[in-house]
Amino acid sequence: MAISRAEVEKVSLLGRLLLSEAELETMTAQMGQILGYVELLNEVDTEQVEPMAHAVEVSDVFRSDEVRSGLARDQALANAPQRDDECYRVPAVLGDS
Amino acid sequence: MSKPYEIIIGLEVHVQLLTESKLFCGCSTKFGAAPNTQTCAVCTGTPGALPVMNREAYRLAVKAALGLNCQIATFTKWDRKSYYYPDLPKGYQISQYDQPLSYDGYLDILDPENEEQTRRIGIIRAHLEEDAGKSMHDEVAGKADSRIDLNRTGTPLLEIVSQPDMRSPAEAKNYLTELKLLLNYLNVSDCNMQEGSLRVDANINLHIDTPGGKVATPIVEVKNMNSFRAVERALAYEAERQWEVWQETRQKLGDVPKQTRGWDEGAQITRGQRSKEESSDYRYFPDPDLVPVTMTEEAIEEIRRSLGELPARLRERLVEEYGITAYDSDVLVNQGRSLVDYFVTVADRCGDGKTAANWIQQSVLRTLNEGQIGIDRFPVSAEALADLIKAVLAGKMETSRGREVLARMTETGETAAEAMKGLGIAAVDESELEALCAELLAANPKVVEDVKQGKLKAAASLIGQAKKKNPNVNATRVREICLQLIEQM
Repeated sequence: MAISRAEVEKVSLLGRLLLSEAELETMTAQMGQILGYVELLNEVDTEQVEPMAHAVEVSDVFRSDEVRSGLARDQALANAPQRDDECYRVPAVLGDS
Repeated sequence: MSKPYEIIIGLEVHVQLLTESKLFCGCSTKFGAAPNTQTCAVCTGTPGALPVMNREAYRLAVKAALGLNCQIATFTKWDRKSYYYPDLPKGYQISQYDQPLSYDGYLDILDPENEEQTRRIGIIRAHLEEDAGKSMHDEVAGKADSRIDLNRTGTPLLEIVSQPDMRSPAEAKNYLTELKLLLNYLNVSDCNMQEGSLRVDANINLHIDTPGGKVATPIVEVKNMNSFRAVERALAYEAERQWEVWQETRQKLGDVPKQTRGWDEGAQITRGQRSKEESSDYRYFPDPDLVPVTMTEEAIEEIRRSLGELPARLRERLVEEYGITAYDSDVLVNQGRSLVDYFVTVADRCGDGKTAANWIQQSVLRTLNEGQIGIDRFPVSAEALADLIKAVLAGKMETSRGREVLARMTETGETAAEAMKGLGIAAVDESELEALCAELLAANPKVVEDVKQGKLKAAASLIGQAKKKNPNVNATRVREICLQLIEQM
Protein backbone atom coordinates (compact mmCIF):
# COMPACT_ATOMS: atom_id res chain seq x y z
CA MET A 1 0.00 0.00 0.00
CA ALA A 2 1.47 3.37 -1.09
CA ILE A 3 -0.49 5.36 1.47
CA SER A 4 -1.87 4.41 4.85
CA ARG A 5 -5.38 5.02 6.06
CA ALA A 6 -3.98 7.23 8.84
CA GLU A 7 -2.28 9.45 6.27
CA VAL A 8 -5.51 9.82 4.31
CA GLU A 9 -7.29 10.78 7.49
CA LYS A 10 -4.68 13.41 8.25
CA VAL A 11 -4.76 14.85 4.75
CA SER A 12 -8.56 14.98 4.72
CA LEU A 13 -8.49 16.84 8.01
CA LEU A 14 -5.95 19.35 6.67
CA GLY A 15 -8.10 19.78 3.54
CA ARG A 16 -11.22 20.20 5.71
CA LEU A 17 -12.91 17.18 4.08
CA LEU A 18 -15.26 15.21 6.28
CA LEU A 19 -15.04 11.65 4.95
CA SER A 20 -17.22 8.78 6.11
CA GLU A 21 -15.72 5.42 7.07
CA ALA A 22 -16.64 4.02 3.67
CA GLU A 23 -15.19 7.02 1.83
CA LEU A 24 -11.95 6.71 3.80
CA GLU A 25 -11.66 3.09 2.64
CA THR A 26 -12.31 4.06 -0.99
CA MET A 27 -9.95 7.03 -0.89
CA THR A 28 -7.15 5.04 0.68
CA ALA A 29 -7.42 2.45 -2.07
CA GLN A 30 -7.77 4.97 -4.90
CA MET A 31 -4.99 7.27 -3.73
CA GLY A 32 -2.82 4.20 -3.29
CA GLN A 33 -3.43 3.31 -6.92
CA ILE A 34 -2.61 6.83 -8.09
CA LEU A 35 0.62 6.93 -6.09
CA GLY A 36 1.48 3.44 -7.29
CA TYR A 37 1.08 4.61 -10.86
CA VAL A 38 3.29 7.63 -10.26
CA GLU A 39 5.88 5.32 -8.71
CA LEU A 40 6.49 3.94 -12.18
CA LEU A 41 8.64 7.03 -12.68
CA ASN A 42 11.14 5.56 -10.21
CA GLU A 43 12.22 3.21 -12.98
CA VAL A 44 13.59 6.12 -15.00
CA ASP A 45 17.21 7.11 -14.40
CA THR A 46 17.03 10.82 -13.46
CA GLU A 47 20.58 11.08 -12.16
CA GLN A 48 21.57 13.67 -14.78
CA VAL A 49 18.23 15.48 -15.00
CA GLU A 50 17.67 18.75 -13.18
CA PRO A 51 14.36 18.92 -11.27
CA MET A 52 11.70 21.00 -12.99
CA ALA A 53 10.18 23.91 -11.07
CA HIS A 54 7.47 24.49 -13.61
CA ALA A 55 5.75 22.56 -16.38
CA VAL A 56 6.22 25.38 -18.88
CA GLU A 57 9.73 26.40 -19.80
CA VAL A 58 9.17 30.10 -19.33
CA SER A 59 10.66 32.37 -16.70
CA ASP A 60 10.74 36.03 -15.68
CA VAL A 61 7.22 37.16 -16.42
CA PHE A 62 6.62 40.51 -14.74
CA ARG A 63 4.19 43.36 -14.72
CA SER A 64 5.12 46.97 -13.95
CA ASP A 65 4.19 48.46 -10.58
CA GLU A 66 1.09 50.37 -11.66
CA VAL A 67 -2.20 50.66 -9.84
CA ARG A 68 -5.23 49.53 -11.80
CA SER A 69 -8.77 49.77 -10.60
CA GLY A 70 -10.22 46.51 -9.34
CA LEU A 71 -13.65 45.59 -8.12
CA ALA A 72 -16.13 48.01 -6.61
CA ARG A 73 -16.96 46.91 -3.08
CA ASP A 74 -20.47 45.77 -3.94
CA GLN A 75 -19.11 43.66 -6.78
CA ALA A 76 -16.47 42.15 -4.51
CA LEU A 77 -19.03 41.27 -1.84
CA ALA A 78 -21.75 40.21 -4.30
CA ASN A 79 -21.25 36.46 -3.92
CA ALA A 80 -20.53 36.41 -0.21
CA PRO A 81 -22.91 34.09 1.67
CA GLN A 82 -22.95 36.69 4.44
CA ARG A 83 -21.94 40.32 4.37
CA ASP A 84 -22.65 43.73 5.79
CA ASP A 85 -22.16 47.16 4.20
CA GLU A 86 -18.38 46.93 4.27
CA CYS A 87 -17.17 43.41 4.98
CA TYR A 88 -17.53 39.72 4.42
CA ARG A 89 -18.96 38.08 7.52
CA VAL A 90 -17.75 34.66 8.57
CA PRO A 91 -18.36 32.40 11.56
CA ALA A 92 -16.33 33.57 14.56
CA VAL A 93 -12.68 32.65 14.38
CA LEU A 94 -11.55 31.28 17.70
CA GLY A 95 -8.08 32.12 18.93
CA ASP A 96 -5.55 34.02 16.92
CA SER A 97 -3.85 33.11 13.69
CA MET B 1 23.76 36.68 34.53
CA SER B 2 23.14 34.81 37.70
CA LYS B 3 20.75 32.27 36.17
CA PRO B 4 22.38 29.03 34.97
CA TYR B 5 21.08 29.33 31.41
CA GLU B 6 21.66 31.03 28.11
CA ILE B 7 18.75 32.59 26.17
CA ILE B 8 18.56 31.64 22.49
CA ILE B 9 16.52 33.94 20.25
CA GLY B 10 15.81 33.97 16.52
CA LEU B 11 13.51 36.49 14.86
CA GLU B 12 11.21 36.32 11.86
CA VAL B 13 10.40 39.77 10.60
CA HIS B 14 7.85 40.59 7.91
CA VAL B 15 8.12 43.99 6.27
CA GLN B 16 5.81 45.48 3.70
CA LEU B 17 7.64 46.64 0.59
CA LEU B 18 7.12 50.17 -0.70
CA THR B 19 5.27 49.42 -3.92
CA GLU B 20 2.27 51.23 -5.33
CA SER B 21 0.45 48.05 -6.31
CA LYS B 22 0.16 44.54 -4.87
CA LEU B 23 2.51 41.63 -5.47
CA PHE B 24 0.43 39.82 -8.10
CA CYS B 25 -2.19 42.33 -9.23
CA GLY B 26 -2.72 46.04 -9.85
CA CYS B 27 -4.70 46.83 -6.70
CA SER B 28 -3.41 49.68 -4.57
CA THR B 29 -1.42 48.91 -1.40
CA LYS B 30 -2.31 52.22 0.24
CA PHE B 31 -2.99 51.93 3.97
CA GLY B 32 -6.20 53.11 5.56
CA ALA B 33 -8.70 52.76 2.70
CA ALA B 34 -12.29 51.81 3.48
CA PRO B 35 -12.69 48.00 3.84
CA ASN B 36 -12.86 45.93 0.65
CA THR B 37 -12.28 48.82 -1.75
CA GLN B 38 -8.85 47.68 -2.95
CA THR B 39 -9.48 44.17 -4.24
CA CYS B 40 -9.85 42.38 -7.56
CA ALA B 41 -10.34 38.87 -8.92
CA VAL B 42 -6.69 37.96 -8.18
CA CYS B 43 -6.49 39.01 -4.54
CA THR B 44 -9.93 37.69 -3.64
CA GLY B 45 -8.96 34.30 -5.00
CA THR B 46 -11.62 34.10 -7.71
CA PRO B 47 -11.15 30.84 -9.63
CA GLY B 48 -9.38 31.34 -12.94
CA ALA B 49 -7.69 34.62 -12.00
CA LEU B 50 -4.00 34.64 -12.85
CA PRO B 51 -1.34 36.31 -10.66
CA VAL B 52 1.53 38.19 -12.38
CA MET B 53 4.67 39.19 -10.46
CA ASN B 54 5.29 42.88 -9.68
CA ARG B 55 8.77 43.74 -11.01
CA GLU B 56 9.35 46.52 -8.48
CA ALA B 57 8.47 44.25 -5.54
CA TYR B 58 11.07 41.78 -6.74
CA ARG B 59 13.69 44.51 -7.17
CA LEU B 60 13.03 45.91 -3.68
CA ALA B 61 13.28 42.41 -2.18
CA VAL B 62 16.67 41.83 -3.82
CA LYS B 63 17.82 45.29 -2.74
CA ALA B 64 16.93 44.56 0.88
CA ALA B 65 18.60 41.15 0.67
CA LEU B 66 21.82 42.73 -0.66
CA GLY B 67 21.70 45.28 2.18
CA LEU B 68 21.55 42.28 4.53
CA ASN B 69 24.65 40.83 2.88
CA CYS B 70 22.71 37.87 1.49
CA GLN B 71 23.55 35.66 -1.46
CA ILE B 72 21.07 36.23 -4.27
CA ALA B 73 19.66 33.13 -5.96
CA THR B 74 20.08 33.09 -9.72
CA PHE B 75 16.98 30.87 -9.90
CA THR B 76 13.99 31.14 -7.61
CA LYS B 77 10.43 29.86 -7.63
CA TRP B 78 7.04 30.30 -5.95
CA ASP B 79 5.23 27.84 -3.75
CA ARG B 80 1.79 27.48 -2.28
CA LYS B 81 1.57 27.26 1.49
CA SER B 82 -1.80 25.67 2.18
CA TYR B 83 -3.91 26.43 5.22
CA TYR B 84 -7.47 27.48 5.91
CA TYR B 85 -8.26 30.80 7.47
CA PRO B 86 -11.06 33.21 6.55
CA ASP B 87 -8.67 36.06 5.69
CA LEU B 88 -6.88 33.87 3.14
CA PRO B 89 -9.42 33.53 0.34
CA LYS B 90 -7.46 31.17 -1.91
CA GLY B 91 -6.85 28.61 0.85
CA TYR B 92 -3.12 29.04 0.26
CA GLN B 93 -0.52 31.77 0.53
CA ILE B 94 1.91 32.30 -2.32
CA SER B 95 5.33 32.18 -0.69
CA GLN B 96 8.77 30.65 -1.25
CA TYR B 97 9.75 27.33 0.26
CA ASP B 98 12.92 25.53 -0.82
CA GLN B 99 14.37 28.04 -3.30
CA PRO B 100 14.10 31.50 -1.71
CA LEU B 101 15.38 34.52 -3.61
CA SER B 102 18.16 35.09 -1.07
CA TYR B 103 20.01 33.33 1.75
CA ASP B 104 23.10 33.36 4.00
CA GLY B 105 23.44 36.98 5.03
CA TYR B 106 24.16 38.88 8.23
CA LEU B 107 23.44 42.10 10.08
CA ASP B 108 25.88 43.72 12.50
CA ILE B 109 24.17 45.14 15.56
CA LEU B 110 25.24 47.11 18.60
CA ASP B 111 26.28 44.84 21.46
CA PRO B 112 24.06 45.84 24.40
CA GLU B 113 26.74 44.56 26.81
CA ASN B 114 29.38 46.80 25.30
CA GLU B 115 28.23 49.70 23.16
CA GLU B 116 31.60 50.03 21.47
CA GLN B 117 31.33 46.61 19.91
CA THR B 118 29.08 44.99 17.39
CA ARG B 119 27.60 41.50 17.25
CA ARG B 120 27.06 39.74 13.92
CA ILE B 121 23.61 38.17 13.58
CA GLY B 122 23.24 35.64 10.77
CA ILE B 123 20.37 35.88 8.29
CA ILE B 124 19.15 32.46 7.15
CA ARG B 125 17.05 33.77 4.29
CA ALA B 126 14.89 36.60 3.01
CA HIS B 127 12.02 35.76 0.69
CA LEU B 128 8.96 37.34 -0.90
CA GLU B 129 5.41 36.37 -0.09
CA GLU B 130 1.92 37.81 -0.16
CA ASP B 131 0.07 39.16 2.84
CA ALA B 132 -3.32 37.88 4.01
CA GLY B 133 -6.40 39.99 4.71
CA LYS B 134 -7.58 41.28 8.05
CA SER B 135 -10.11 39.67 10.40
CA MET B 136 -11.96 41.93 12.75
CA HIS B 137 -13.65 40.37 15.70
CA ASP B 138 -16.90 42.07 16.44
CA GLU B 139 -16.80 42.29 20.22
CA VAL B 140 -19.98 44.32 20.40
CA ALA B 141 -21.99 41.77 18.44
CA GLY B 142 -21.16 39.26 21.15
CA LYS B 143 -18.63 37.14 19.23
CA ALA B 144 -21.37 36.18 16.78
CA ASP B 145 -19.09 36.38 13.77
CA SER B 146 -15.97 37.96 12.33
CA ARG B 147 -15.70 40.62 9.65
CA ILE B 148 -13.19 40.23 6.85
CA ASP B 149 -11.43 43.04 4.97
CA LEU B 150 -9.40 41.83 1.99
CA ASN B 151 -7.66 45.14 1.12
CA ARG B 152 -4.39 43.79 2.46
CA THR B 153 -4.43 40.44 0.64
CA GLY B 154 -1.64 40.22 -1.89
CA THR B 155 0.41 43.08 -0.43
CA PRO B 156 4.12 42.29 -0.97
CA LEU B 157 5.96 41.19 2.17
CA LEU B 158 9.60 40.37 2.65
CA GLU B 159 10.12 37.72 5.32
CA ILE B 160 13.54 38.01 6.93
CA VAL B 161 14.55 35.02 9.03
CA SER B 162 17.52 35.38 11.37
CA GLN B 163 19.71 32.66 12.76
CA PRO B 164 19.05 31.95 16.46
CA ASP B 165 22.07 34.14 17.19
CA MET B 166 20.64 36.56 19.74
CA ARG B 167 21.41 35.93 23.41
CA SER B 168 19.22 38.45 25.22
CA PRO B 169 15.98 40.42 24.78
CA ALA B 170 18.13 43.58 24.53
CA GLU B 171 19.99 42.08 21.57
CA ALA B 172 16.69 41.29 19.89
CA LYS B 173 15.69 44.91 20.29
CA ASN B 174 19.00 46.15 18.87
CA TYR B 175 18.61 43.79 15.92
CA LEU B 176 15.16 45.19 15.16
CA THR B 177 16.31 48.78 15.54
CA GLU B 178 19.23 48.25 13.17
CA LEU B 179 17.11 46.27 10.69
CA LYS B 180 14.50 49.01 10.57
CA LEU B 181 17.17 51.68 10.11
CA LEU B 182 18.78 49.71 7.26
CA LEU B 183 15.46 49.17 5.47
CA ASN B 184 14.64 52.87 5.86
CA TYR B 185 18.00 53.85 4.35
CA LEU B 186 17.42 51.42 1.49
CA ASN B 187 13.96 52.92 1.03
CA VAL B 188 12.42 49.47 0.64
CA SER B 189 9.94 49.71 3.53
CA ASP B 190 8.67 52.36 5.90
CA CYS B 191 8.65 49.72 8.71
CA ASN B 192 5.70 51.34 10.40
CA MET B 193 4.61 48.94 13.16
CA GLN B 194 1.38 50.81 13.87
CA GLU B 195 0.25 50.31 10.29
CA GLY B 196 1.45 46.72 10.27
CA SER B 197 4.22 47.25 7.73
CA LEU B 198 6.68 45.61 10.15
CA ARG B 199 5.69 42.53 12.17
CA VAL B 200 7.86 40.42 14.43
CA ASP B 201 7.60 36.79 15.49
CA ALA B 202 10.24 35.50 17.89
CA ASN B 203 11.50 31.99 18.55
CA ILE B 204 13.00 31.54 21.97
CA ASN B 205 14.29 28.80 24.24
CA LEU B 206 16.89 28.28 26.94
CA HIS B 207 20.11 26.31 27.05
CA ILE B 208 20.37 25.26 30.69
CA ASP B 209 23.52 24.10 32.43
CA THR B 210 22.81 20.88 34.30
CA PRO B 211 25.13 18.37 35.98
CA GLY B 212 24.54 16.14 32.95
CA GLY B 213 25.49 18.85 30.44
CA LYS B 214 23.58 21.49 28.52
CA VAL B 215 19.85 20.90 28.04
CA ALA B 216 17.59 22.84 25.65
CA THR B 217 14.01 23.73 26.62
CA PRO B 218 11.17 23.42 24.06
CA ILE B 219 11.17 26.26 21.50
CA VAL B 220 8.28 28.70 21.81
CA GLU B 221 7.17 31.08 19.09
CA VAL B 222 5.98 34.42 20.49
CA LYS B 223 3.60 36.55 18.44
CA ASN B 224 1.45 39.64 18.80
CA MET B 225 4.10 42.14 19.84
CA ASN B 226 3.26 45.67 18.76
CA SER B 227 6.47 47.56 19.43
CA PHE B 228 10.18 46.87 19.79
CA ARG B 229 9.79 47.47 23.50
CA ALA B 230 7.01 44.90 23.63
CA VAL B 231 9.36 42.41 21.92
CA GLU B 232 12.00 43.02 24.55
CA ARG B 233 9.53 42.62 27.41
CA ALA B 234 7.77 39.59 25.93
CA LEU B 235 11.11 37.80 25.50
CA ALA B 236 12.26 38.67 29.01
CA TYR B 237 8.97 37.36 30.36
CA GLU B 238 9.13 34.23 28.22
CA ALA B 239 12.71 33.37 29.29
CA GLU B 240 11.69 33.61 32.93
CA ARG B 241 8.54 31.54 32.28
CA GLN B 242 10.50 28.80 30.52
CA TRP B 243 12.97 28.68 33.39
CA GLU B 244 10.13 28.19 35.87
CA VAL B 245 8.44 25.56 33.70
CA TRP B 246 11.75 23.72 33.37
CA GLN B 247 12.23 23.61 37.12
CA GLU B 248 8.73 22.16 37.47
CA THR B 249 8.48 19.75 34.54
CA ARG B 250 12.05 19.11 33.25
CA GLN B 251 10.56 19.14 29.74
CA LYS B 252 13.23 19.18 27.05
CA LEU B 253 13.22 20.19 23.41
CA GLY B 254 11.32 17.46 21.53
CA ASP B 255 9.25 16.31 24.52
CA VAL B 256 6.29 18.47 23.50
CA PRO B 257 5.19 19.96 20.15
CA LYS B 258 6.35 23.48 19.35
CA GLN B 259 4.12 25.97 21.10
CA THR B 260 2.87 29.36 19.93
CA ARG B 261 2.21 31.99 22.57
CA GLY B 262 0.75 35.49 22.17
CA TRP B 263 1.98 38.55 24.05
CA ASP B 264 -0.76 40.18 26.09
CA GLU B 265 0.30 43.83 26.31
CA GLY B 266 -2.27 44.68 28.97
CA ALA B 267 -1.33 41.84 31.32
CA GLN B 268 2.37 41.86 30.29
CA ILE B 269 2.41 38.07 29.92
CA THR B 270 2.46 35.52 27.11
CA ARG B 271 -0.53 33.19 26.68
CA GLY B 272 -0.63 29.82 24.95
CA GLN B 273 -2.23 29.60 21.49
CA ARG B 274 -2.96 26.63 19.22
CA SER B 275 -0.11 24.18 18.67
CA LYS B 276 1.96 25.00 15.64
CA GLU B 277 1.36 22.71 12.70
CA GLU B 278 4.42 20.85 11.43
CA SER B 279 5.77 22.58 8.35
CA SER B 280 4.88 19.56 6.21
CA ASP B 281 1.27 20.17 7.20
CA TYR B 282 1.35 23.28 5.02
CA ARG B 283 1.74 20.94 2.03
CA TYR B 284 4.00 23.30 0.11
CA PHE B 285 4.17 22.68 -3.60
CA PRO B 286 5.29 24.77 -6.60
CA ASP B 287 2.64 27.24 -7.76
CA PRO B 288 1.74 26.40 -11.37
CA ASP B 289 0.33 29.92 -11.88
CA LEU B 290 3.70 31.62 -11.50
CA VAL B 291 6.86 31.01 -13.49
CA PRO B 292 10.32 31.04 -11.91
CA VAL B 293 12.50 34.15 -11.78
CA THR B 294 16.14 34.12 -12.85
CA MET B 295 18.77 36.70 -11.99
CA THR B 296 21.97 37.31 -13.93
CA GLU B 297 25.12 38.56 -12.22
CA GLU B 298 24.73 41.84 -14.13
CA ALA B 299 21.17 42.31 -12.89
CA ILE B 300 22.31 41.68 -9.30
CA GLU B 301 25.19 44.14 -9.68
CA GLU B 302 22.86 46.77 -11.08
CA ILE B 303 20.69 46.55 -7.95
CA ARG B 304 23.80 46.51 -5.75
CA ARG B 305 24.85 49.82 -7.28
CA SER B 306 21.53 51.33 -6.19
CA LEU B 307 22.04 50.54 -2.49
CA GLY B 308 23.60 53.89 -1.59
CA GLU B 309 25.56 54.37 1.59
CA LEU B 310 24.32 52.13 4.40
CA PRO B 311 24.22 53.02 8.12
CA ALA B 312 27.24 50.94 9.22
CA ARG B 313 29.56 52.53 6.63
CA LEU B 314 28.04 55.97 7.09
CA ARG B 315 28.76 55.92 10.85
CA GLU B 316 32.44 55.27 10.11
CA ARG B 317 32.65 57.91 7.39
CA LEU B 318 31.20 60.70 9.55
CA VAL B 319 33.82 59.94 12.20
CA GLU B 320 36.63 59.86 9.64
CA GLU B 321 35.63 62.91 7.61
CA TYR B 322 34.12 65.21 10.21
CA GLY B 323 36.14 64.32 13.29
CA ILE B 324 33.04 63.67 15.40
CA THR B 325 32.87 60.97 18.07
CA ALA B 326 31.50 57.50 17.36
CA TYR B 327 28.68 58.29 19.77
CA ASP B 328 27.70 61.48 17.93
CA SER B 329 27.92 59.71 14.61
CA ASP B 330 25.63 56.98 15.89
CA VAL B 331 23.06 59.49 17.14
CA LEU B 332 23.02 61.32 13.79
CA VAL B 333 22.91 58.21 11.58
CA ASN B 334 20.15 56.63 13.69
CA GLN B 335 17.93 59.63 12.93
CA GLY B 336 17.82 58.65 9.27
CA ARG B 337 19.28 59.73 5.98
CA SER B 338 17.68 63.19 5.75
CA LEU B 339 19.10 64.28 9.10
CA VAL B 340 22.55 63.07 8.05
CA ASP B 341 22.25 65.10 4.84
CA TYR B 342 21.29 68.13 6.95
CA PHE B 343 24.31 67.61 9.21
CA VAL B 344 26.68 67.24 6.26
CA THR B 345 25.46 70.50 4.70
CA VAL B 346 25.83 72.37 8.01
CA ALA B 347 29.27 70.88 8.71
CA ASP B 348 30.59 71.57 5.20
CA ARG B 349 29.35 75.14 5.19
CA CYS B 350 30.46 76.12 8.70
CA GLY B 351 33.68 74.15 8.39
CA ASP B 352 33.46 72.52 11.85
CA GLY B 353 31.90 69.07 12.08
CA LYS B 354 32.11 68.76 15.86
CA THR B 355 30.38 72.06 16.47
CA ALA B 356 27.77 71.27 13.83
CA ALA B 357 27.08 67.92 15.54
CA ASN B 358 26.72 69.64 18.92
CA TRP B 359 24.27 72.22 17.65
CA ILE B 360 22.18 69.61 15.89
CA GLN B 361 22.02 67.32 18.89
CA GLN B 362 21.46 69.99 21.51
CA SER B 363 19.13 72.32 19.66
CA VAL B 364 17.75 70.83 16.46
CA LEU B 365 16.96 67.33 17.73
CA ARG B 366 15.34 68.72 20.84
CA THR B 367 13.00 70.85 18.75
CA LEU B 368 12.23 67.89 16.50
CA ASN B 369 11.46 65.66 19.47
CA GLU B 370 9.30 68.27 21.19
CA GLY B 371 7.28 68.87 18.06
CA GLN B 372 7.31 65.18 16.98
CA ILE B 373 8.41 66.30 13.52
CA GLY B 374 11.07 65.21 11.05
CA ILE B 375 13.99 67.31 9.83
CA ASP B 376 12.11 67.97 6.57
CA ARG B 377 9.67 70.11 8.57
CA PHE B 378 12.31 71.97 10.62
CA PRO B 379 11.96 75.67 9.68
CA VAL B 380 15.69 76.51 9.77
CA SER B 381 17.59 75.47 6.66
CA ALA B 382 20.99 73.80 6.97
CA GLU B 383 22.55 76.86 5.29
CA ALA B 384 20.96 79.26 7.79
CA LEU B 385 22.14 77.17 10.77
CA ALA B 386 25.65 77.00 9.29
CA ASP B 387 25.73 80.81 8.99
CA LEU B 388 24.71 81.13 12.62
CA ILE B 389 27.40 78.68 13.75
CA LYS B 390 29.96 80.59 11.68
CA ALA B 391 28.99 83.81 13.42
CA VAL B 392 29.37 82.14 16.83
CA LEU B 393 32.73 80.61 15.85
CA ALA B 394 33.89 84.05 14.67
CA GLY B 395 33.20 85.40 18.15
CA LYS B 396 30.30 87.63 17.10
CA MET B 397 28.29 86.21 20.01
CA GLU B 398 28.52 83.53 22.63
CA THR B 399 27.04 80.06 22.23
CA SER B 400 24.25 80.76 24.72
CA ARG B 401 23.31 83.91 22.81
CA GLY B 402 23.54 81.90 19.60
CA ARG B 403 20.95 79.48 20.95
CA GLU B 404 18.58 82.38 21.50
CA VAL B 405 19.14 83.39 17.89
CA LEU B 406 18.38 79.85 16.72
CA ALA B 407 15.21 79.79 18.82
CA ARG B 408 14.11 82.97 17.09
CA MET B 409 15.04 81.59 13.66
CA THR B 410 12.99 78.47 14.44
CA GLU B 411 10.04 80.59 15.41
CA THR B 412 10.15 83.21 12.67
CA GLY B 413 11.98 81.50 9.82
CA GLU B 414 14.45 84.40 9.68
CA THR B 415 18.04 84.05 8.47
CA ALA B 416 20.83 84.18 11.06
CA ALA B 417 21.64 87.79 10.16
CA GLU B 418 18.00 88.87 10.41
CA ALA B 419 17.46 87.12 13.74
CA MET B 420 20.66 88.59 15.19
CA LYS B 421 19.55 92.03 14.13
CA GLY B 422 16.09 91.40 15.56
CA LEU B 423 17.62 90.52 18.94
CA GLY B 424 19.87 93.55 18.78
CA ILE B 425 23.01 91.49 18.58
CA ALA B 426 25.90 93.36 17.14
CA ALA B 427 29.54 92.58 17.59
CA VAL B 428 31.04 94.85 20.24
CA ASP B 429 34.31 96.27 18.95
CA GLU B 430 37.52 96.00 20.94
CA SER B 431 37.88 99.67 21.96
CA GLU B 432 34.29 99.69 23.25
CA LEU B 433 35.02 96.48 25.16
CA GLU B 434 38.20 97.87 26.70
CA ALA B 435 36.42 101.04 27.80
CA LEU B 436 33.70 98.95 29.41
CA CYS B 437 36.24 96.78 31.25
CA ALA B 438 38.18 99.78 32.50
CA GLU B 439 34.95 101.25 33.81
CA LEU B 440 34.14 98.03 35.64
CA LEU B 441 37.58 97.75 37.23
CA ALA B 442 37.34 101.31 38.49
CA ALA B 443 33.98 100.54 40.08
CA ASN B 444 35.16 97.28 41.69
CA PRO B 445 38.44 97.83 43.55
CA LYS B 446 37.77 94.81 45.78
CA VAL B 447 37.66 92.46 42.79
CA VAL B 448 40.85 93.98 41.43
CA GLU B 449 42.53 93.37 44.76
CA ASP B 450 41.32 89.75 44.89
CA VAL B 451 42.56 89.01 41.42
CA LYS B 452 45.94 90.49 42.26
CA GLN B 453 46.06 88.09 45.23
CA GLY B 454 45.66 85.28 42.76
CA LYS B 455 41.92 84.67 43.17
CA LEU B 456 41.22 84.58 39.46
CA LYS B 457 37.69 83.33 40.10
CA ALA B 458 36.76 86.76 41.43
CA ALA B 459 36.78 88.04 37.84
CA ALA B 460 33.55 86.15 37.21
CA SER B 461 31.48 88.84 38.88
CA LEU B 462 32.86 91.36 36.38
CA ILE B 463 31.53 89.28 33.49
CA GLY B 464 28.03 89.30 34.97
CA GLN B 465 28.13 93.06 35.33
CA ALA B 466 29.49 93.51 31.81
CA LYS B 467 26.63 91.45 30.40
CA LYS B 468 24.12 93.62 32.21
CA LYS B 469 25.55 96.73 30.64
CA ASN B 470 25.74 95.20 27.16
CA PRO B 471 24.26 91.74 26.46
CA ASN B 472 26.33 91.40 23.30
CA VAL B 473 29.71 91.25 24.97
CA ASN B 474 31.77 88.10 24.66
CA ALA B 475 32.36 86.73 28.16
CA THR B 476 35.70 85.13 27.32
CA ARG B 477 36.98 88.38 25.84
CA VAL B 478 35.77 90.40 28.84
CA ARG B 479 37.64 88.09 31.18
CA GLU B 480 40.81 88.25 29.09
CA ILE B 481 40.77 92.03 28.84
CA CYS B 482 40.05 92.55 32.55
CA LEU B 483 42.90 90.24 33.56
CA GLN B 484 45.21 92.01 31.15
CA LEU B 485 44.28 95.44 32.48
CA ILE B 486 44.73 94.32 36.10
CA GLU B 487 48.15 92.96 35.29
CA GLN B 488 49.13 96.31 33.81
CA MET B 489 47.95 98.21 36.91
